[in-house]
Amino acid sequence: MLHYIGKRLLHLIPVLLGMTFLVFLIIRAIPGDPAQVILGQQATADAIAALRLKLGLDNPWYVQYFDYLKGIVTGDLGESLRTRQPISSEMWPYLAATFELAFFAMIIAIIVGVNAGIVSAWFQNSWFDYLAMVIALIGVSMPIFWLGLMEQWAFGIQLGWLPTSGREEVRDPVTAITHFYLIDTLWQGRFDQFIVVLKHLLLPGIALATIPTAIIARMTRASMLEVMRSDFVRTARAKGQKMFVVVYKHALKNALIPVLTVVGLQTGMLLGGAILTETIFSWPGIGRYIYEAIGFRDYPVIQSGILIVAFLFVMINLIVDLLYTVIDSRIKYN
Amino acid sequence: MRKGKLYLVSLMMLLIMSLFLAACGADDAETSSSESGNDSSTSTDSSTTDDSSSSTPQVLVFGRGADSVSLDPGIVTDGESFKVTQNLFETLLNFGEQDTTINPGLAKEWEVSEDGLTYTFQLQEGVKFHDGTDFNAEAVIKNINRWKGGKEEDFYYFNSMFKAEGEDIIKDVTAEGDYTVVFTLSRPQAPFLKNLAMSPFGIGSPTAFEAAGDKFGDNPVGTGPFKFTEWKRNDSITIEKFEDYWQDGFPKLDKVIFRSIPDNSARLNELMAGNIDLADGVNPSDGKTVEGDSTLQLIERPSMNIGYLGLTNTRAPFDNKLVRQAVNYAIDKQAIVDAFFEGRAEVAANPMPPSISGYNDAISPYPYDPEKAKSLLAEAGYDGKEIELWAMPVPRPYMPDGAKVAEVIQKNLEDVGIPSKIVTFEWATYLEKAKNGEADAFMLGWTGDNGDADNFIYTLLDKDNIGSNNYAYYTNEEVHSLLIQAQSETDENVRNELYKKAQEIIHDDAPWVPLAHSTPLLAAKAGVNGFLPHPTGSDKLHNVSME
Repeated sequence: MLHYIGKRLLHLIPVLLGMTFLVFLIIRAIPGDPAQVILGQQATADAIAALRLKLGLDNPWYVQYFDYLKGIVTGDLGESLRTRQPISSEMWPYLAATFELAFFAMIIAIIVGVNAGIVSAWFQNSWFDYLAMVIALIGVSMPIFWLGLMEQWAFGIQLGWLPTSGREEVRDPVTAITHFYLIDTLWQGRFDQFIVVLKHLLLPGIALATIPTAIIARMTRASMLEVMRSDFVRTARAKGQKMFVVVYKHALKNALIPVLTVVGLQTGMLLGGAILTETIFSWPGIGRYIYEAIGFRDYPVIQSGILIVAFLFVMINLIVDLLYTVIDSRIKYN
Repeated sequence: MRKGKLYLVSLMMLLIMSLFLAACGADDAETSSSESGNDSSTSTDSSTTDDSSSSTPQVLVFGRGADSVSLDPGIVTDGESFKVTQNLFETLLNFGEQDTTINPGLAKEWEVSEDGLTYTFQLQEGVKFHDGTDFNAEAVIKNINRWKGGKEEDFYYFNSMFKAEGEDIIKDVTAEGDYTVVFTLSRPQAPFLKNLAMSPFGIGSPTAFEAAGDKFGDNPVGTGPFKFTEWKRNDSITIEKFEDYWQDGFPKLDKVIFRSIPDNSARLNELMAGNIDLADGVNPSDGKTVEGDSTLQLIERPSMNIGYLGLTNTRAPFDNKLVRQAVNYAIDKQAIVDAFFEGRAEVAANPMPPSISGYNDAISPYPYDPEKAKSLLAEAGYDGKEIELWAMPVPRPYMPDGAKVAEVIQKNLEDVGIPSKIVTFEWATYLEKAKNGEADAFMLGWTGDNGDADNFIYTLLDKDNIGSNNYAYYTNEEVHSLLIQAQSETDENVRNELYKKAQEIIHDDAPWVPLAHSTPLLAAKAGVNGFLPHPTGSDKLHNVSME
């Protein structure tokens, strides 16, 4: 098992290396000069030239690339061109904000999606099944920004139930320790703030959860239907076990493997795919951080940001692969 | 088992309900969020209390489009940074409340020598920085020397305003006693006092910037009415009342929180939901919504901008003056203002707004005259080749909706026989390519820094600025000599005449189609008082209070 994990981690190196190289080339291929963007429309040609020199943008690209790699190996992710802050210290709050939102959305997606899929399979071809699948179809196809604005309009403005932007009530800010605000507020025993943070998570969480919820529901349904036809389910039924026990105890465990794959992939997607949600809900997360960096041609931030997200993506996939062995004892990695 | 099923069904129902609610909206988000104002008085405001009884602190939450880059005003160039630093730092001189006249600031009086080379400032006494350091002549000298000694890429604005051909315009700064500072210039500079009033030249605490070095922007210390509290990047910046502020009775607020809410519609939603008190960057199309809502007020920022269609003077067919004039006749500017600025703009005649000293009001905009345009094109021998029309990809105060305005211009051009193709790029790319002269016709605009004519005409249309802000590649020697002369002319009347002459020549040369001077909009809760937006976009909040 350890041997397998070691091998998988070694495989990561060429993947991530190739990715840094690709990202490095692509962002330099887009026109637009960081020095110009940083100095703004008012900039003179001399000032731009001086800043380029200072930022090392005049070096040949391969020199810049190897400088960047050297930094990464020593754990230095570089410095933002725009804010002149070290990225490693700048990035964590954004990353934590996105994690909190993505996991929250994933939990919603798993609870709603898996249960809806199960009930749909259990009562196949019933009104619930049709309705759930139609809703799932809508969920997959609905543009997030539109859903987000609608949520804001309905729950924020019309009903006034939920806050529509940011992570906290700015008039009573959370004191950040880990930057996971749910944890930070509990840690400090501020239950009132905990509730406020939870409320802020709800709307963006639901918006972000729609697509994975729909995908998980459809996947669960399909794989449950397959498992329900298998011999051991029929045996269990024949022994007089209650349907509920058969579904939730015997069938579900076997049906979950393909679902788990989807969950893993979708979690990775959420990390990078939260840009729209983060923009609509003014959520200060990594997606917006990278997106804004692209607008400013902040090369180091784009490179390191994408590197971190990619790293997390492959790590999540590794964890999912390892979870298979827990769920299904027939799967062994040697 | 029953319980489980019930729970499931109710969960699904909740999801269905939310989808159903969402689906009840209008066709697109833009209209739905802007039509909801009239009946939004039902919104409950549970999270905020802003009654102004003396026991509750007065907190203003200011929603804006983006975060600051740094809070050291000397090193930044973006308006969002100055919005905050304007309240932490003070300048030697102040602009007027809603104009760019010169008023006392940290300097209470000043004298200018006959030759325009020596400026003597008497400083306010008894002023303290937020860290307790005394404000005096020495502090001013240290600030000037910090900017002077820095590299051009570090203190960009100082270099662009107070250096010419690599030479320092401020030759020397000396103290005469504790509260008198003397500036000696190497050459006369007409807008010198106006430049000193700009946000980038806020005076910082020498104790703080000497200790912090290049980290001064993370912990800024000035003499302003508010002091810095906290910065959550990309989210919010909090500043609070400075108890020892030298002007009694100010500021009226206890705390100001600047929140970054990138999406314009989302920002207005937040205002309507009561989570922010003031929103910058309101779309002209949302103006009516705000006006129709009794709980909100619409605030107009005095205009100091120009939106224009640049015609690259070095590319065919716009290398021919007759063709450029024809385009000026072909475009129906009034229709554009009516349709996309909701009437909150005036049609432009010159490359700068009428509020600027030296504006030539004898010039009127080219009238909309397609027939005249056609005859000019015939005279020019225009070959009917298709041109590229560049549409701005981002909304700006001077151009709220580039794509739609481009479509109108395209139609206008087509009517006189100029076929065009609309193209657009992401913003950074757009500017880069336009600067390289790759566009035929392109939309762009400018918001003034200091309310001086030089900051419009010289910056945007002088041959010295080709490759930076003269995107149109316009060159005219006569205009150039007038503008250079005006830079060091200290007699205001003579100077204005020089600019008026330059505008005449530019009007005839038609390097652009000047489109509009827009009035940018803000919205606030009805209870926000004393907020006076400034034409430069950097607003002082010392006089704001909440009911």
